[in-house]
Amino acid sequence: MSSNPQNTTTQRPVLELKSSSFTVPLLVLNKYDLHLISDQLAFKVQQAPEFFKNSPLIIDLDSLVKSTKEIDLKALFGIVRNHNFILVGIRGGKPEHNIIANELGIPVQSATQTNRPTPKPQKIEPAPVIDQQSDNEKNQTKIITHPVRSGQRVYAHGDLIVLSQVSAGSEIMAEGNIHIYGTLRGRALAGVQGNNNSRIFCSDLQAELVSIDGIYKISDDLNDISTGKPVQLFLNEQNLVIEYL
Amino acid sequence: MARIIVVTSGKGGVGKTTTSAAIAMGLAKRGHKTAVIDFDVGLRNLDLIMGCERRVVYDFINVINEEASLNQALIKDKRCNQLYVLPASQTRDKDALTLEGVGQVLDELSKTFKYIVCDSPAGIEKGAHLAMYYADDAFVVTNPEVASVRDSDRMLGILSSKSRRAEQNKDPIKEYLLLSRYSPKRVNLGEMLSVDDVQEILSLHLLGVIPESQSVLNASNAGTPVILDEQSDAGRAYSDIVARYLGEDVPHRFIYEEKKGILSKLFGSK
Repeated sequence: MSSNPQNTTTQRPVLELKSSSFTVPLLVLNKYDLHLISDQLAFKVQQAPEFFKNSPLIIDLDSLVKSTKEIDLKALFGIVRNHNFILVGIRGGKPEHNIIANELGIPVQSATQTNRPTPKPQKIEPAPVIDQQSDNEKNQTKIITHPVRSGQRVYAHGDLIVLSQVSAGSEIMAEGNIHIYGTLRGRALAGVQGNNNSRIFCSDLQAELVSIDGIYKISDDLNDISTGKPVQLFLNEQNLVIEYL
Repeated sequence: MARIIVVTSGKGGVGKTTTSAAIAMGLAKRGHKTAVIDFDVGLRNLDLIMGCERRVVYDFINVINEEASLNQALIKDKRCNQLYVLPASQTRDKDALTLEGVGQVLDELSKTFKYIVCDSPAGIEKGAHLAMYYADDAFVVTNPEVASVRDSDRMLGILSSKSRRAEQNKDPIKEYLLLSRYSPKRVNLGEMLSVDDVQEILSLHLLGVIPESQSVLNASNAGTPVILDEQSDAGRAYSDIVARYLGEDVPHRFIYEEKKGILSKLFGSK
């Protein structure tokens, strides 16, 4: 047996470092009141105790640091752990919070992923504590006049209107409705923050994937949709319905 | 001020270097002082296609590192005195290119040249990014097959978001489609995407169609830009493209299968 670690052609290496992405629940804190947080968390866990048992969790401090100066991270971590979560990181904290977290062995996640919607682990009535967007960012309609090219991503906090085509290999997302006045060949995801009333309107549906509120269809499921005809997509009791206009 | 043209595609092997050489020669032959720069550091080819590989002393990286002056590195073409070639370095890699260095070289060239043609490497990494960053016009070279079209689409997205014009909120880069290695016969047989198919996916202004032609390979091997071969389809197609780019109204050719005349039957046409 060769002990050369480079020898990968004849045998599988002992270990490989790979990167992979996971969906982890995010605890967004808007108000610094440890008792209230503990109570609300207990209420959430009680709704689905098996689901949350030993579930990984990341704490988002972004809006908390804007309103509160002193945050007792150690106490906060204690509360989360008392509810049987396994804390795997914080994000959105100030440098001093990051230092404390690191000292306590908690990794600091980058906060730049905020444009990525965090899928809700399951259908729970949204509690006022876990409201993610400030009001002025909501309901803003975004209008795109140029083609959305392969590899590009567009995110709208409200509705999204595309006056051109959406190419294969691109991704458009909106918290509200999506209107496409061209051919949709890429991915379109409406109601990404959990709005099951949102719809997708499209003048030519050749999409790789369409989704409303996390319920999706891939292009294989769209085979019987004739191209070149305008359609709308909406949810009817957890079913994604496609209807000619 | 010079007009900076990037010849790009995303995918490799579609004819970027052939196009760069032909376009640069075409512009120079019409009396415009033109420089053509090879951005494919480490895999330099442009000097071979231009037939000046035996005259390379200094290269693009030497100029960026200030080891040579621009005039020392520029190679004057023997066939056309308005054309200069700035070769890439074969012994370095793309990391040797810097945004500031490329900017300085292009600024200096802009003072004396009318057109600067940047031959982009394949891919969307550093070399390709720097080749297109300062561009005013982009020639997107695409083959009529799905992978090439998809990669071109990706490149168009990068052109519209990661260029200097995009970052400074100026007018966007003007994008033109060049469909190369096109064979109307194979389109009719359903083996190849048609011009219309590609146009529908990319929705881009078509500057010209270059037919699949044996003369391209011959010209490359001989170190002569194919535009100088006025007998060949590809050479005439590139002449049309240069004319159209300069604003002349030239009808498109080579899109549909030509009826074989008695001459082409006798001599055979490829």
